[in-house]
Amino acid sequence: MISLAGRDILHSWGKFVFTGIGLGLLIGVTLTMAGVYRGMVDDAKVLLDNSAADLWVVQKDTLGPYAEPSSLYDDNWRGIRNIQGVASATNVTYLTMQVRHGESDVRVLVTGVVTGETGAPGWPPHLIAGRQITRGHYEAVADVATGFKLGDQIKIRRNVYAVVGLTRRMVSSSGDPMVFIPIKDAQQAQFLKDNDAILEQRRRTEQNPALNRPGLPEVLDAVIATQSANPFVNAVLVQVKPGYAHPEVAESIRRWKRLQVYDRLQMEEILVGKLIATSARQIGMFLVILAVVSAAIVAFIIYTLTMGKIREIAVLKLIGTRNRTIAGMILQQALGLGLIGFVVGKVSATFWAPVFPKYVLLEPGDAIRGFVAVVVICVLASAISIWAALKVDPAEAIGG
Amino acid sequence: MVTAGIRIEGLRKRFGSGDTAVDALKDVNMVITPGEVVGLVGPSGSGKSTLLKCLGAVVEPSAGRMTIGDELIYDNRWVIKDLRALRRDKIGFIFQAPYLIPFLDVTDNVALLPMLAGLSNAMARKQALELLQALDVAHRARAMPSQLSGGEQQRVSIARALVNRPPVILADEPTAPLDGARALAVIRILNQMARQYEAAIIVVTHDEKIIPTFKRIYHIRDGKTHEEVGEGRDFE
Repeated sequence: MISLAGRDILHSWGKFVFTGIGLGLLIGVTLTMAGVYRGMVDDAKVLLDNSAADLWVVQKDTLGPYAEPSSLYDDNWRGIRNIQGVASATNVTYLTMQVRHGESDVRVLVTGVVTGETGAPGWPPHLIAGRQITRGHYEAVADVATGFKLGDQIKIRRNVYAVVGLTRRMVSSSGDPMVFIPIKDAQQAQFLKDNDAILEQRRRTEQNPALNRPGLPEVLDAVIATQSANPFVNAVLVQVKPGYAHPEVAESIRRWKRLQVYDRLQMEEILVGKLIATSARQIGMFLVILAVVSAAIVAFIIYTLTMGKIREIAVLKLIGTRNRTIAGMILQQALGLGLIGFVVGKVSATFWAPVFPKYVLLEPGDAIRGFVAVVVICVLASAISIWAALKVDPAEAIGG
Repeated sequence: MVTAGIRIEGLRKRFGSGDTAVDALKDVNMVITPGEVVGLVGPSGSGKSTLLKCLGAVVEPSAGRMTIGDELIYDNRWVIKDLRALRRDKIGFIFQAPYLIPFLDVTDNVALLPMLAGLSNAMARKQALELLQALDVAHRARAMPSQLSGGEQQRVSIARALVNRPPVILADEPTAPLDGARALAVIRILNQMARQYEAAIIVVTHDEKIIPTFKRIYHIRDGKTHEEVGEGRDFE
């Protein structure tokens, strides 16, 4: 038996191909939306992977350092390092800001890392060009997504940094590329006030009789020195010695240092389950709407094509064509349209995904799920056309 | 009793019921022998199309008997359960317009029926080509219907009606869109095919040009048939 659907598609291929392309672009958008979500999750995981930490020590009763602000003294790491089972403990700061680069600025996650400890937690694990930070000040390693190049001068707050290294796939949970600078500079960048504000603060301190006692100028100096420095970091990244259970080490830090400690799974849950949960629901809604729109388009196209063949269907029924042959023809056309659409959509998404400003991760599993969804949508969308075709009276082929 | 191609006895068809009931067919009696072509004529609203639909097993009559060959197909109810198979295997249809399937070429338009009946594609196409040869359109076998002239399309539709060798062919005004010469050519082909394939052909027509060609004509008026001997033309 010849394929009636195949012959019809070949006969009016232009109509099918152009409709398939239109549908395919819609499917491409749907796959891309799924890719955007996967990219967000991957960004979150990459952030955790690249930090190379087993435990994140943050301010008590916060979900820091990524989902909530966290602030703890920068000397906590010493005590943490002496706890049994801790291999290393390193300060780190995170600050999302606009970084000046030439005439434009770029949104980045400025990360402060401890210099002199190359390879410690928080550092970029690999470079694609240049070198790691070796000086204590004014050097930076940037993710290539920033657009910075080796030797570029970038301005963070009032200071200018030389880009000495480039890395890849170092992004924040919201997809902003990371720029690594020495932690002292990062601490200063987080809390640095302008000169007028500093003068105003000194004046206020001097006018406070409790702090500016006659005959005790060193008290005032000490207070001003405290106000001018920033002894805080956002988190301490901890690596656990082999053979020690992470939960036990975390519990020790909680008990002795009275700080909040998260392990990898907890941090992943915070990032994926809380930080990007709203975005995920938003994307989920988009996916549902796009699926409904795709189904409506396929249903409309197949219904229109079927209605255009009512006389032929009546003739086919009159000359003895079985209902299942006619239903099969319509179903195959719907599936054919879906197949064209899926191929166009997959290819389109693959081509335009790298152009998106944020990371779009197209997973094979999502493509398979998308294909199954397209098949289901096509089957459902063809149902109304099949119902209409089966209702056609073969007597319509006979005049009168 | 001589075996008829199709025999209709006391066929009735009523639409609706009660006060609004309409008797479209009141008493239809026809006997067409194999190889015979008869005309079925009558004014608009006389019941021609209803009769054709009853004979084509797409509308169920209200009463009467219908026999195709030796097989009783209707006896106050359908005796045959699979009317679709009945139409496919026993009845050929020729329409006013050819109604060829636009996305199949000429060969496959004709071969579709035997394929639906379960014949292999190769055998079905072989049968189709033989008929197209007989109807002198084999040279357009690979053409699409839109590439054919009106006359060629009608000959292809005749081939489609004949391809399963049905004992009965119902032709619904097959010459309506054709001029005199082409209309006569179609009637000539129908007569030749009727003889060659032993088919009983009923031609519903208004066409004054072809009515004289029938040797027997059934007039239908007020739902009743009246047989009349026509002038007849020998298409030998």
